[in-house]
Amino acid sequence: MDVQTHQFDVVVVGAGGAGMMAALYASRGAKTAVISKLYPTRSHTGTAQGGIGAALANLDEDHWEWHAFDTVKGGDYLTDQNAAETLAREAIDAVIELELMGLPFDRNPDGTISQRRFGGHTNNQTKKPVRRACHAADRTGHMILQTLYQNCIKEKVTFFDEYHAIDIITNDGKVCGIVAVCIDTGEIHVFHAKAVCFATGGWGRIWETTSNAHSLTGDGPALVWRAGLPLQDMEFFQFHPTGLYPVGLLITEAVRGEGGVLINDKGERFMERYAPTIKDLASRDVVARSIYLEVQAGRGIGGKRYVHLDVRPETVNRYLAEAGEDRRVDADYILSKLPDITDFCHTYLGIDPTKSPIPIQPTAHYGMGGIPTNLHAEVLNSGTGTVVPGLYAAGEVACVSVHGANRLGTNSLTDLIVFGRKAGKAMADYARQADFVPLPANPAGKIVAEIEGLRKSSGKTKPYVLRQEMQKVMMDHVSVFREAPGLQKALDTVRELKSRYQNDLVIEDRGMRFNTDLLEAWELGCMLDLAEITTVSAMERKESRGGHSREDYPKRDDVNYLVHTMAYPEKGQIRIAHDRPVDLSLGYQPAERVY
Amino acid sequence: MKVKFRIRRFNPEVDKKPYWGEYTLDNVEPTDRVLELLHRVKWEQDGTLTLRRSCAHGVCGSDAVRINGVNKLACKVLVKSLNLKDGGQIQVEPILGLPVVKDLVVDFEPFFDHYRSVMPYFVPATPLPGDGRERRQSPEDRARFDDTTKCILCACCTTSCPSFWASGQYVGPAAIVNAHRFIFDTRDGATQERLNILSEESGVWRCRTIFNCTPACPREIEVTRAIGEVKLAIQRGGR
Ligand SMILES: Cc1cc2nc3c(=O)[nH]c(=O)nc-3n(C[C@H](O)[C@H](O)[C@H](O)COP(=O)(O)OP(=O)(O)OC[C@H]3O[C@@H](n4cnc5c(N)ncnc54)[C@H](O)[C@@H]3O)c2cc1C
Ligand code: SF4
Ligand code: SF4
Ligand code: FES
Repeated sequence: MDVQTHQFDVVVVGAGGAGMMAALYASRGAKTAVISKLYPTRSHTGTAQGGIGAALANLDEDHWEWHAFDTVKGGDYLTDQNAAETLAREAIDAVIELELMGLPFDRNPDGTISQRRFGGHTNNQTKKPVRRACHAADRTGHMILQTLYQNCIKEKVTFFDEYHAIDIITNDGKVCGIVAVCIDTGEIHVFHAKAVCFATGGWGRIWETTSNAHSLTGDGPALVWRAGLPLQDMEFFQFHPTGLYPVGLLITEAVRGEGGVLINDKGERFMERYAPTIKDLASRDVVARSIYLEVQAGRGIGGKRYVHLDVRPETVNRYLAEAGEDRRVDADYILSKLPDITDFCHTYLGIDPTKSPIPIQPTAHYGMGGIPTNLHAEVLNSGTGTVVPGLYAAGEVACVSVHGANRLGTNSLTDLIVFGRKAGKAMADYARQADFVPLPANPAGKIVAEIEGLRKSSGKTKPYVLRQEMQKVMMDHVSVFREAPGLQKALDTVRELKSRYQNDLVIEDRGMRFNTDLLEAWELGCMLDLAEITTVSAMERKESRGGHSREDYPKRDDVNYLVHTMAYPEKGQIRIAHDRPVDLSLGYQPAERVY
Repeated sequence: MKVKFRIRRFNPEVDKKPYWGEYTLDNVEPTDRVLELLHRVKWEQDGTLTLRRSCAHGVCGSDAVRINGVNKLACKVLVKSLNLKDGGQIQVEPILGLPVVKDLVVDFEPFFDHYRSVMPYFVPATPLPGDGRERRQSPEDRARFDDTTKCILCACCTTSCPSFWASGQYVGPAAIVNAHRFIFDTRDGATQERLNILSEESGVWRCRTIFNCTPACPREIEVTRAIGEVKLAIQRGGR
């Protein structure tokens, strides 16, 4: 097969918020290409709704220190405090930078960027919610994605749109590029590079109910793993409390930020019991578990597996009055602040959220874990922190770790901008002083053989069958609550699916051009790898912390587990070591988490 | 219920010309999205069926197709909205006016070229604020271009436009919508350049106000109105 070769100083894989931010910065100092399996504007960053967190203090008193503390507490103390500091400090300038790039934020009457409340973001003195989420209606991510793409056009960044990365090229342990398929032609392209950055986003498609796009299949972490490198904190995957029932698509926390409340079958605002101080705006793991417990206790609506999110003006105003607040809302206000949510409810359920409550259930949403990096987005090859020269990761795929055991709402978008920028700068610097590592002989040989083998698969099992079984078992046993027997069952099932994937798969499309049958099957291989690593990581963490709740170990155990999980690939097996210490440099000692 | 699918198929490696593929699906729920059903055809019946999709809820703009003759995002159309009888038919074709690559996948390059031609990026009208903070903008000025910020570049509008079908030179409504987003942004300083671009041969005057584009827009952008505002701005010589 013909292989085309390109040479760039820097190659960024992924054109979401993190990838484009990295590319903008890298391209100012180095010859840069962005490779994306989707057109950049189709990336999942565009679906982010509620806001980007930064202590701008446009409406309420606020400080980056408060934002940092909230991030650490939200992460159930697994957050690296130096990373939280970087995030919170640089968030302010990052949001301003977006505005200066043209991003049309909503505005306050004085013309500054509008901010609203979001779960877990507080005034550290009064413990009350603070307005910190900068937003453009409920399509903040859309505006970020568009603005970054627009600026990439302006600065003439080079894109390879609809190129699917399928391998990392190394020579003598050093990174020297990637292999990608041009989806349209099926041709193989080798990108020889000094620095490679993964910004491939999440992997929520491992689960049955998810807010994530079909394209979020964890290609980046799987490639890094297959290159012999570890993955960090994979057991921590966030279930967002409010996915639309039954489809799973996300209903932003901003609905609660604007005053919406969760109600069970008995009409109770049950979060008053679980989080007496900030109630519905407690952090996501807490709210997701509360919903789950309500449902288990038979208080789901009509005994079913969902509860109501009520943002009808009369409900919101009743609770505002009860809380002694002066603010009141009406239907027009809700509509103006949540137009897309209103549209989703209308399109998919035929309801008007200002007139009827929204049925919701927890939905697989965000990977806190991923490719381990340091504060400069450099990828680490072990828990003790040795850098892999030339390899970078940023955005959801990376684990800095800013989000620890549970991410606060609005902190992902902040993460993309802050750490995407760092990756871009670091790569431009690196490219200036480093030489190209020569490509090995036949750099695409092995992966081409693999892909051709996959293309000719002629067993009996169609990929979707395996995918659905994986999604179901992960949902049943590796979601909001976990315990040993269920985890074992999930692991056994995933391993059985892997063996069927290898031995009995069938691919019907044998062609070269736009072969999505083949590429979806390849993505399934990535997901199976990550499902296995996630489950093994979850088995080995015998405590409950943030997004990882073990029914058999219900307490947090700081003596044994205030440490990151590292999963290492070793002779085809997964070896777990708890060997990356948590940074505590801001001095916040682990405390019990009450909201 | 049972639903019949009639899907326009074309594989450039095998077929001389496009043809209709027919498929039947059982156990279809009225609340199923057409995208899910296309997936079922692909996954359960014919792995070679090719389409683009990502978000599955109408915000990424990947899956614009013609459903029963009308441009739609497949993920935003529920079966019940098509008013089918049991055994009724759903016809799906690629959007018109862009070259077909394979099955429902079209070549988006000409579309994005038009988009890139209208300077779809912010050119600040004023120097950086001295205080290191954001440029301020009143809520009223911000509201002026709110509608056109919603565009997801799905091409539903442009590929339903008879003027675009007649000549692919026409930049098309989507590009004009994206120019509008900057032309009416008080922070922007390149209004005149964009108006010059759009008053050329390939620009707004090709629009005959036929109104196909507005109902086609899945984001409910008032496309024709935005085009009208740009035409007026050209005549006025500014925003
Ligand atoms: C519905 C929803 C709402 C959200 N709302 C918020 C919010 O309000 N605030 C907040 O802070 N966070 C929010 N999040 C989280 C946040 O949006 C995501 O974590 C973030 O956008 C991820 O950005 P990214 O740049 O890392 O990746 P993405 O935007 O997902 O981009 C991934 C990129 O990688 C490319 N790619 C992937 N694999 C390959 C491959 N093999 N080869 C080539 N390219 C590849 C894709 O084409 C894409 O361009 C939300 C998430 C969801 C799902
Ligand atoms: S109004 Fe103009 S742009 Fe819209 S469909 Fe008609 S001719 Fe095309
Ligand atoms: S204006 Fe509407 S129809 Fe046209 S590309 Fe934008 S979102 Fe799609
Ligand atoms: S799949 Fe994203 S718009 Fe339909």
